[in-house]
Amino acid sequence: MEQKENLINVKRPHASERCKPVPAPSRSTLTDLRARIRRLETVDGRERTYLPFGIREIDQRLPGGGLALGSLHEVAGGGSGAIDGAAAAGFCAGIAARTGGQVLWCLTRLDLFPPGIAQAGLPPERLIRVRVDDEKSVLLAFEEGLRHGSLTAVVAEVAKLDMTTSRRLQLAAESTGTLALALRRWRRETEAGDFGQPTAARTKWRVSEVMPEALSVPGVARARWALELLRVQGANCADFIVDACDEQGFIALPSVLADRTAAPDVGIWGARA
Amino acid sequence: MVTAVDDLAQKIGVRPGMAIVKAQALFSDLVLMDADPREDAQALERLALWALRLSPVVAADPPDGLVIDTTGADHLHGGEANMIETVTRRLSETGITAVPTLADTWGAAHALARFGRSVSPITPPGETAQVLLDLPVASLRLSPALVDSLRGLGFERISDLASQPRAPLTLRFGPELGRRLDQAFGREREPIKAAVEAKTIRVERVFAEPIGAPETIRRYALKLIVQLCDALEVAGLGVRTADLLCQRVDNRVESVRIGTARPLRDVKQLTRLLGDKLDTVDPGFGIEVMSLAATLTEPLGARQLHSSLIGPDTPDVGSLVDILANRLGENTIERPCPAASDLPERSVQWISPMSAVKTPWAHDWKRPTRLLPRPEAIEVLALLPDSPPRTFKWRGIRRRVMQADGPERVFGEWWKRDPELESIRDYYYLVDETGKRYWVFRMGDGEFDATGDQSWYMHGLFA
Repeated sequence: MEQKENLINVKRPHASERCKPVPAPSRSTLTDLRARIRRLETVDGRERTYLPFGIREIDQRLPGGGLALGSLHEVAGGGSGAIDGAAAAGFCAGIAARTGGQVLWCLTRLDLFPPGIAQAGLPPERLIRVRVDDEKSVLLAFEEGLRHGSLTAVVAEVAKLDMTTSRRLQLAAESTGTLALALRRWRRETEAGDFGQPTAARTKWRVSEVMPEALSVPGVARARWALELLRVQGANCADFIVDACDEQGFIALPSVLADRTAAPDVGIWGARA
Repeated sequence: MVTAVDDLAQKIGVRPGMAIVKAQALFSDLVLMDADPREDAQALERLALWALRLSPVVAADPPDGLVIDTTGADHLHGGEANMIETVTRRLSETGITAVPTLADTWGAAHALARFGRSVSPITPPGETAQVLLDLPVASLRLSPALVDSLRGLGFERISDLASQPRAPLTLRFGPELGRRLDQAFGREREPIKAAVEAKTIRVERVFAEPIGAPETIRRYALKLIVQLCDALEVAGLGVRTADLLCQRVDNRVESVRIGTARPLRDVKQLTRLLGDKLDTVDPGFGIEVMSLAATLTEPLGARQLHSSLIGPDTPDVGSLVDILANRLGENTIERPCPAASDLPERSVQWISPMSAVKTPWAHDWKRPTRLLPRPEAIEVLALLPDSPPRTFKWRGIRRRVMQADGPERVFGEWWKRDPELESIRDYYYLVDETGKRYWVFRMGDGEFDATGDQSWYMHGLFA
């Protein structure tokens, strides 16, 4: 007890020192400390790698400048998209396509259409589907895929995802550096409130379709999504309006938004980017 | 030269041994097929393997016979008569005309099957010699030249030969004749070289004391895998299917089967696959014998392993496929493969993940990410014949169409089903006021009822 008291006494600055201004830590020190903390957070102390979206406005809002590989990310559709997960599937396919390797897609329903997925950048020779009858098996395949290490991304369509399960998946993803995408998809729109429950996912995204501006000719414009970053570890939430994935899996900023004047708020990671 | 004929040809008068020109002169549209003696011999070997179900001693008797030693095995099939009837029926079901005979010796049965005209296929024990005496000398399995010279000397039937003193015969025709005679009459032994099936590689472990603890089972399973891999390496094979059989003290057998997507001989991967399923083994009062057999194997050569110097040590997708297929079922893990069809539901085939994928889909039309398993009927307001819908009602909600594209006309595949001869689907890409994107189609071209009933369906959702 006495020792502890001593220790505190030593730590406490002297009355005369307290008035002196503390020298501000240099930027390099801060960067170094941040990198050390990030290393401590991972399982094996490896430096993480990140998959940037290639859009400055989004990447600077994410710690590390992109989606962290080797961790779990959640994606859900907004509105009726929570049931059909059409836009969410396109978004996941785009991200998974950009990881460059084989992708495992675990699901219970039969409605995934590979030609559409191929148009989001993920060709059939890189897509493997696991179709099982229950959600437990989906999670099993999800975890096996993450632990194996031969894949670069695993997408799993699940309805329920609790803290324990997501923590397991996060650890499995960290052990190999595989990108884990949990595509949350429910049977009823009322169940979608489950998305607010806390999980161990690094980021949580909600993708909803919005109406693009009318074309001057009859036809259909490129799809546009409202991308909500609902939760991200170590940064703030944000909303974006983006154009849907192109054939390489890249989303884009709509031209009307890309050409506007720079927003005053650049996000807390913007200073370092 | 004609080597074999069917029943119809025999009726016309074509006989084996005839010149082809002569046979064609008998019937101008004669169907000729090249003789393939090697394939015939192989087929006969395969038939011999099939006949192993009758008796353990079976051999091919080229060019056209099978010899089966049924001594002590007939009662398993309900007696000799029953057995012969069953075999003949089974063979005729597969299109083989068989003449069964049952006699004391191989030589006698061979002769009776080809030259005997007796009513019953079964010659009672001890009467063989009697029946044989009446048969021609050609039935003795002698070379054709020898048969000719015997005929030349006036020996027509076996009875003529059997009554002759043996010494001058051997002097004149060599030892072959006497041997065949003795074999036919059962005075000389004639072993049958039994056909054997290709052996499955199998390792076994018998325990002095029954084992039951899960970790003990696991340990011995690992030892068996190591042994099996050694044996496979010697044979240059890899496992496609392996069975672990655990014989329990109460005489029940617990079995575990693992399958792999490609031939495999790796101890670590096999251990992983088998280990996943070992929990299903119920040891009961204990396991006495454990055996591991490679039931299905494929050739697998030696392969250089990646060392850390050559490249990164990334595992192969195949091992993941094996793990998932063994835990979740063989048909759960698949890869999409483009198929040549314009109908969306037929344009994707799901194939084994290890097979190569052909060229991707060729069309530039936008495709949905979700295709409904079956199209859902919708209510539509649209101008005929080919304007896109203005509004539509799907799952109880009416939606206004803001942007639309189409039609993309897909014709029925008349070569698959008759009703598709004239059928047409017109696909439209629609965007409603919330920005959601739909793929709907109309059955028919909007003009002629023969092409479809002009009803509308929802088929997919775009990203």
